[in-house]
Amino acid sequence: MDLLSPMEWTALLLSLRVAGWAIACSLPLAVLTAWALGRYSFPGKTLVDGLVHLPLVLPPVVVGYILLVTMGTKGVIGGWLFQTFGVRLIFTAEGASLAVAVTSFPLMVRAIRLSVEAIDGGLEAAARTLGAGPVDRFFTILLPLMAPGILSGAIVAFAAAMGEFGAVITFVSNIPGQTQTLPLAIYAATQQPDGDAVAARLAVISFSVALVALMASEIGARRLRRLIGQG
Amino acid sequence: MLDVTIRRRLGDFTLDVAFQADRRGVTALFGRSGSGKTSVINAIAGLSRPDAGRIQVGGTVFFDSARRIDVPTERRRVGYVFQDSRLFPHMSVRSNLEYGLRRVPAAERRIALEPVVELLGLGGLLERRPRGLSGGETQRVALGRALLAQPRLLLMDEPMASLDAARKADILPYIERLRDEMNIPIVLVSHAVDEVVRLATTMVLIAEGRVVASGPVGAVMGRLDLSAQSGMRDAGAVLDLIVESHHESDGLSVLAFDGGRLTVPRVARPVGAALRLHIHARDVIVALSPPSGMSVRNALSGVVRAVAESGPSSADVQIAVGGSVLIARITRAAVRELDLRPGRPVTALVKGVAFESADAAAVGRARVVDV
Repeated sequence: MDLLSPMEWTALLLSLRVAGWAIACSLPLAVLTAWALGRYSFPGKTLVDGLVHLPLVLPPVVVGYILLVTMGTKGVIGGWLFQTFGVRLIFTAEGASLAVAVTSFPLMVRAIRLSVEAIDGGLEAAARTLGAGPVDRFFTILLPLMAPGILSGAIVAFAAAMGEFGAVITFVSNIPGQTQTLPLAIYAATQQPDGDAVAARLAVISFSVALVALMASEIGARRLRRLIGQG
Repeated sequence: MLDVTIRRRLGDFTLDVAFQADRRGVTALFGRSGSGKTSVINAIAGLSRPDAGRIQVGGTVFFDSARRIDVPTERRRVGYVFQDSRLFPHMSVRSNLEYGLRRVPAAERRIALEPVVELLGLGGLLERRPRGLSGGETQRVALGRALLAQPRLLLMDEPMASLDAARKADILPYIERLRDEMNIPIVLVSHAVDEVVRLATTMVLIAEGRVVASGPVGAVMGRLDLSAQSGMRDAGAVLDLIVESHHESDGLSVLAFDGGRLTVPRVARPVGAALRLHIHARDVIVALSPPSGMSVRNALSGVVRAVAESGPSSADVQIAVGGSVLIARITRAAVRELDLRPGRPVTALVKGVAFESADAAAVGRARVVDV
């Protein structure tokens, strides 16, 4: 297809890959976090809640900077990773995934938490009387009933992850083929004297991906709700 | 054998309850809402933890604060039918029914799916989702689900409270069949006299977190001092009777009980069948001598055992008739004029009879008939 130049294709595919990995890896943690926050009260809950939501209100540049300091090859965690496993996050696609995972995490948790809070607590008590232990109940009762929230949370977070700019460029810079995701490619194009057409094409793609994702999330969640008997 | 002793503080409210119940039959925890009935069965199920006490079912100790035993709910194996049924919305009726069953080792499964489906009339519902079921169907599925978990004990928290009279009449016979055909003790929480009279063998009357009375339903219902505490508007005695004979030409049946006979409109039950009647106190008239020239057919001679105030102008008179007890609710003025006091021989005239079928074979709506 010559609709897009190779460089533009690279940026699109990289974005999909970066966002896909980010969501796939952070989803289980988001489910657990949403479940804990939506179901239980524990000491320090407000603090955890605040930390989870922080990336939503912090300037993305700050998120990127914090990652740079902690996860860079000289950072506390990043240094350990680099020396122990030889894993380097800075200036890599994996690093980009980490950055977008952090910024899109609160979106995911919020959507899932809504569906956790909508689950009738009595159902779990009923499952207990029927002989189901905690893990059993989580997988047979809670997880299926959370599914609409998980689906819409994952899709919306995916779309947001594809569009994350500040945290990515701060943490992993703007390296074509390595860390140059769609928004970074658009930014780069606007810096070129003849880049308007490229920027416009990429913007349309961004727009379409975001719109399709939002609609898919809505439709998918509605279908799932019907499937679990709540729609 | 069910043996329960529970103490639990909930703010200002203290639950302090102890009772025993038979291995067979239905034990009704009866009382006003807020009296602590549901807290008792939640403790039996392990859904709430008493501050102190002991809960034992058969040979198994579920809870013993002295010995620090507290078996988690999921290992107690008690069936629980909740007031709001709590079917799993994301599963079919069949999956709901099998949820508990699948969690019991195959060797310990005594109750199979098919007989329960048959017993509760669930055949046509198996592939449906709970959402599409009527209230009565929903509760029947909840009953089946609890049963199939192979419970040692079945707990029911006002299983018919959310149903209208017709739905209730639909489900009552199923609970009766369960009581009569399954060898599982049942603890039923209820604040409806008619339910208790119809279903229960043992009655535990609870008021403000305490057991006020317990024993066979007839004995507890016949006590005068309880109507105020239990909020029994339908105060009245319960009689267990046997069909003695039918008089086809008059369309009447004669029922015998310990203390005499009652003549009632023809009942559709064979001679020898057991029946339970709820004789409402307001349907019993007290006379000093056997009446003549009256349409009421049932005159039973007895002796006044006790008199107690039951309202601003009314009094309840407890009358011993043979080995049974009747209660009459009459005006205090009448008590004074007839000089009713313990030991006085009287005739009790029964105006109406509420039928509560006591055998599963002939189930029908409870009805009141004048006799």
